[in-house]
Amino acid sequence: MTAPAAYQVSHLDALEAESIFVMREVVAEMERPVLLFSGGKDSIVMLRLAQKAFAPANIPFPVMHVDTGHNFPEVLEYRDQRVAELGLQLIVASVPEALAKGLVRESADGMRNRIQTPVLLDAVEKHRFDALFGGARRDEEKARAKERVFSFRDEFGQWDPKNQRPELWSLYNGRHHPGESIRVFPLSNWTELDVWHYIARERIPLPSIYYAHQREVIERDGMLYAVNEFFRGRAGEQPFKAQVRYRTVGDASCTAAVRSDADTVEKVIEEVAATRITERGATRGDDRVSEAAMEDRKREGYF
Amino acid sequence: MSVETVAPAEADASARPMDLLRFATAGSVDDGKSTLIGRLLYDTKSLFTDQLAAVEAVSAARGDEYTNLALLTDGLRAEREQGITIDVAYRYFATPRRKFIIADTPGHIQYTRNMVTGASTADLALILVDARKGLVEQSRRHAFLCSLLRVPHLVLCVNKMDLVDWSQEVFEQIADEFTAFAAKLDVPDLTVVPISALQGDNIVTRSENMPWYEGPSLLHHLERVHIASDRNLVDVRFPVQYVIRPQSTTVTDYRGYAGQVASGVLKAGDEVMVLPSGFTSRIASVETADGPVDEAFPPMSVTVRLADEIDISRGDMICRPNNAPTVAQDIEAMICWMDETRPLQVGGKYAIKHTTRSARAIVRGLHYRLDVNSLHRDETAGELKLNEIGRVRLRTTVPLLADEYRRNRTTGGFVIIDEATNRTVGAGMIVEAG
Repeated sequence: MTAPAAYQVSHLDALEAESIFVMREVVAEMERPVLLFSGGKDSIVMLRLAQKAFAPANIPFPVMHVDTGHNFPEVLEYRDQRVAELGLQLIVASVPEALAKGLVRESADGMRNRIQTPVLLDAVEKHRFDALFGGARRDEEKARAKERVFSFRDEFGQWDPKNQRPELWSLYNGRHHPGESIRVFPLSNWTELDVWHYIARERIPLPSIYYAHQREVIERDGMLYAVNEFFRGRAGEQPFKAQVRYRTVGDASCTAAVRSDADTVEKVIEEVAATRITERGATRGDDRVSEAAMEDRKREGYF
Repeated sequence: MSVETVAPAEADASARPMDLLRFATAGSVDDGKSTLIGRLLYDTKSLFTDQLAAVEAVSAARGDEYTNLALLTDGLRAEREQGITIDVAYRYFATPRRKFIIADTPGHIQYTRNMVTGASTADLALILVDARKGLVEQSRRHAFLCSLLRVPHLVLCVNKMDLVDWSQEVFEQIADEFTAFAAKLDVPDLTVVPISALQGDNIVTRSENMPWYEGPSLLHHLERVHIASDRNLVDVRFPVQYVIRPQSTTVTDYRGYAGQVASGVLKAGDEVMVLPSGFTSRIASVETADGPVDEAFPPMSVTVRLADEIDISRGDMICRPNNAPTVAQDIEAMICWMDETRPLQVGGKYAIKHTTRSARAIVRGLHYRLDVNSLHRDETAGELKLNEIGRVRLRTTVPLLADEYRRNRTTGGFVIIDEATNRTVGAGMIVEAG
């Protein structure tokens, strides 16, 4: 941090200080925290904040990846490399394993977004986690705009939007009974642009798919989906090559790319600053189900 | 809604880092609050086309006569179904000078809880009135809650000026009446702006319809209002959040006290006192993950190392020997009650969280309940129900390290938690400790 004579901090420093405060609060008050790590940019930034919050000690909690089996290889590679560098314990909650055991069933459309939830909740129960750090931001989506930083979940992992705890000053209430848990969102007040500015400032490496590259895609509902083993074109859909990048990284079967020439972090910042479409609106098939798709999934225990 | 753009980055914008302003808005749909927020987001290019398209589609399907921008912030299913705002929504926008966080709170009396929540972290509060109606009970209540929560800056927007022929007389009458009311409260800084949220007058640029108004546009004021001096840089208060002791072979004998500076400036070499023990020491260094810093001040999160090994744990407070908070178990406080299921009662026992310290408390007395509309004190009241505010006396199991809320919002505020349900049931502002 820079300390000008006027005792002022930049907005990024203020956001960083708030996120670090939140993470320390969790570790001080909760028994078994875990950080949900998808290999997406928000969870990568969260991991950097965790490093800063506890330095020079190591990050005092494990990370968990809810693996749908539909992964971008670049992201898995990044995940394993990062975890090894930081000496972290990685827990993989695997959807394919849960499918094989018959714990969940493939949904009709083949999307695994919704069936991640029981797999996540199962892992939480098994490891008795009582605090889960998530990288969600309030600017992403309107249900999230109303969610607390410390978001209470009952013993079924459910969020009750009408029964949230008031959250005043920086006094977070993480009290819960056995079996209940708290989802904690340290990036609540960050926007997509803040995240990118921070990635640039901190020189944080990202999976390569966040930057412009050539890829074979199919256009569906106005979105560009990569052709891969999880996503094949339907009859009449013609694959073509395009210069694209990913604005979000999720399940490879429902996350779309955007046309882009931004191959550096500076160019991405320019692009994000100029864009007129939200990142989830541009790239997520799973949010297009209904007006309240996110709220409904969160009620079931989604991130 | 017409398309306007924000002026390009000014020459001086790059010279200073962009800072952060948190503001709370209070009002109802009738006052044009959602239209105003929609306008601010739209004109600063913070409203996205897919969000707008979704709102337009829902509005059209419901048969609304105009695009209902309230739908932008009313995100929950129940809110959309019932056409009401239930909860605080957070919205974000930025200009080259500042990043803004809006805590958008519903205005009706049954949502006092939400307004108090939004105001607790706000640097500024924005109150809207309809120029045709003038001040109403709700405007006075909002002003009172802002003063109770010590929001440093208040802006009254007199909206719908287009519907009163842009009348200077109407505006000045409302401004005078509000100023007179605010004088009875503790409002350090008040600005009054005549606007038309619907037509965009005095929102981003100065209105051509009101040449008699010589003040800044609303956005101009939000971008420039001086908030740096609001922070308390005098009283050193560093609540210890977490003790960092690496279990490592490479870093040995490290012991650092992690926390966020609540107030004051800390630097290496300073004599400090640790409460509640009262031991004194000297700051050896103030560190972050990026290395040592010369000085730490609010809102920085840092790690403080001391010259002497003394027993310090979470909940302790680092301060200066000649400037310390009160160490007290008897607390006088204003309480806003937030629980719909059970009222606050004399004799009730609760958990409280104050800075990084937790304690249990018993309510020893209720001096009065305050009518938030008339400011009348009812000294016969025996309890506080949901959204009611009163002055109470508490006795805590362990001492709090407390300042008056009016001097320090961080070390003067606390929350009350029901020990059976674990719900946050009240907000407290310390009036007097000891």
